[in-house]
Amino acid sequence: MVLRWLPGKVADIRVETPTSRTIVFDVPDWAGHLAGQHIDVRLTAEDGYSVQRSYSLAAPADEDRIEILVQKVTDGEVSPFLVDDLLPDDVIELRGPIGGWFTWEPSLGKPVSLVAGGSGIVPLMAMIRARTQAGSDAGFKLLYSVRGPADEYYAEELGKHGIEVTTIYTRSESPSGRPPGRIRPEDLSVLWPADAGARTYVCGPTGFVEAAAQALVDQGHDPGTIRTERFGPSGG
Amino acid sequence: MSIVTRGFRGRRDSAPDLPPGQYLTRDFPVLSAGPTPRIKQDDWQFTITNEAGDKHTWTWRDLLALPSEQPTVDIHCVTKWSKLQTSWQGVSLDTFFEAVDTGADYAVVRSYGGYTTNLPVEDLVDGKAWLVYRYEGDDLHPEHGGPVRLLVPHLYFWKSAKWVKGLELSDDEQPGFWETLGYHNYGDPWREQRYSGD
Ligand SMILES: Cc1cc2nc3c(=O)[nH]c(=O)nc-3n(C[C@H](O)[C@H](O)[C@H](O)COP(=O)(O)OP(=O)(O)OC[C@H]3O[C@@H](n4cnc5c(N)ncnc54)[C@H](O)[C@@H]3O)c2cc1C
Repeated sequence: MVLRWLPGKVADIRVETPTSRTIVFDVPDWAGHLAGQHIDVRLTAEDGYSVQRSYSLAAPADEDRIEILVQKVTDGEVSPFLVDDLLPDDVIELRGPIGGWFTWEPSLGKPVSLVAGGSGIVPLMAMIRARTQAGSDAGFKLLYSVRGPADEYYAEELGKHGIEVTTIYTRSESPSGRPPGRIRPEDLSVLWPADAGARTYVCGPTGFVEAAAQALVDQGHDPGTIRTERFGPSGG
Repeated sequence: MSIVTRGFRGRRDSAPDLPPGQYLTRDFPVLSAGPTPRIKQDDWQFTITNEAGDKHTWTWRDLLALPSEQPTVDIHCVTKWSKLQTSWQGVSLDTFFEAVDTGADYAVVRSYGGYTTNLPVEDLVDGKAWLVYRYEGDDLHPEHGGPVRLLVPHLYFWKSAKWVKGLELSDDEQPGFWETLGYHNYGDPWREQRYSGD
């Protein structure tokens, strides 16, 4: 298997929040992917200077059509370009799917807890959408931590998948009345308990993933049932 | 030939010679497949098993008693970040191999928490690899692989297994965790061997 660079033509760009965009690509001969996998994107300047970054696939493939969600990182090299400068019909190079561990398939046959920090929701959204598409009745519970209502990706859609969603805000009071603050061990009580036989996926910035995964282990979850993906060094 | 991206210039940090597709970071990002295992120094052990099945084990105290080195090296993660001039303290793998009778060509590295990775023995010897227990003058933090991790800086950093607990030597090559999940078997950053087939 060779992962070749493929031309991805921008088919659609949707505003998710003021600082993030869903970008939809048409990729001829896309081979398909599992929920949770990512792609590498390569941008190349006129003089050949090029950079690469990874972005999670946000939804199951629709034939040759795939989508990602990019959050603009201040002073970033790639994400501000993708969010502010990319236009429909632009062609950029990408390759994938990549990553065979942080994935969910309907055949898993277990309840699932999802824990997302900020843009860490993206691969988990792919799992939620894949579950709906497959008509799976796997019990999904999502705990989603974001700065505040303005930073909540997929806010409208999340309520429509028939799964339990709990949103907490780090910088303002949460809908439940929870005071502002980063994820705390007691927040995890909305997820499947340690003895439910569930698998847990945790995705977000490193500090968030460390805190959530450690709290789950402290609460008796078998580390072997927890799969993590870390997006970046810092942030929400 | 790559496709030029309309309007893209790039930031171009005073880029030193980085392997292709890598960018410079000043942070120390973390990549792990699961929760961080917490291993106490006094519980830590490292075992080399040779191709005949003979085992040689070192404890934390044994490790500290061995002659240490302070390598300063550049590291390159397959998720694209590189970090230059990182400084470590640890023991050269050559020192461990002196105690082991082997002619094996391949090694599987095992970690606490179940992680594995594979590499040729020749990439572990002749001053190319260490078991490190200090980073930038401090004990190595659990997120970064403490109490002890492998350091093999000339390969992508997933080969530098965190929470290392052993090496199994054999005449046949057995792919490790990421290597069975589509990542490259060898992982040379200068040849951009990220994924299987690169
Ligand atoms: C497997 C994987 C999947 C990913 N999926 C997504 C995704 O679905 N959506 C998405 O938006 N991003 C995702 N990322 C992060 C993405 O690859 C880039 O790191 C991010 O877009 C920043 O790139 P940049 O070039 O804009 O910033 P850079 O130029 O690389 O960094 C600029 C500054 O921001 C800091 N920084 C870098 N990344 C982050 C971050 N994530 N949060 C806060 N600060 C940061 C850097 O340390 C630096 O100081 C993923 C990363 C990985 C490894």
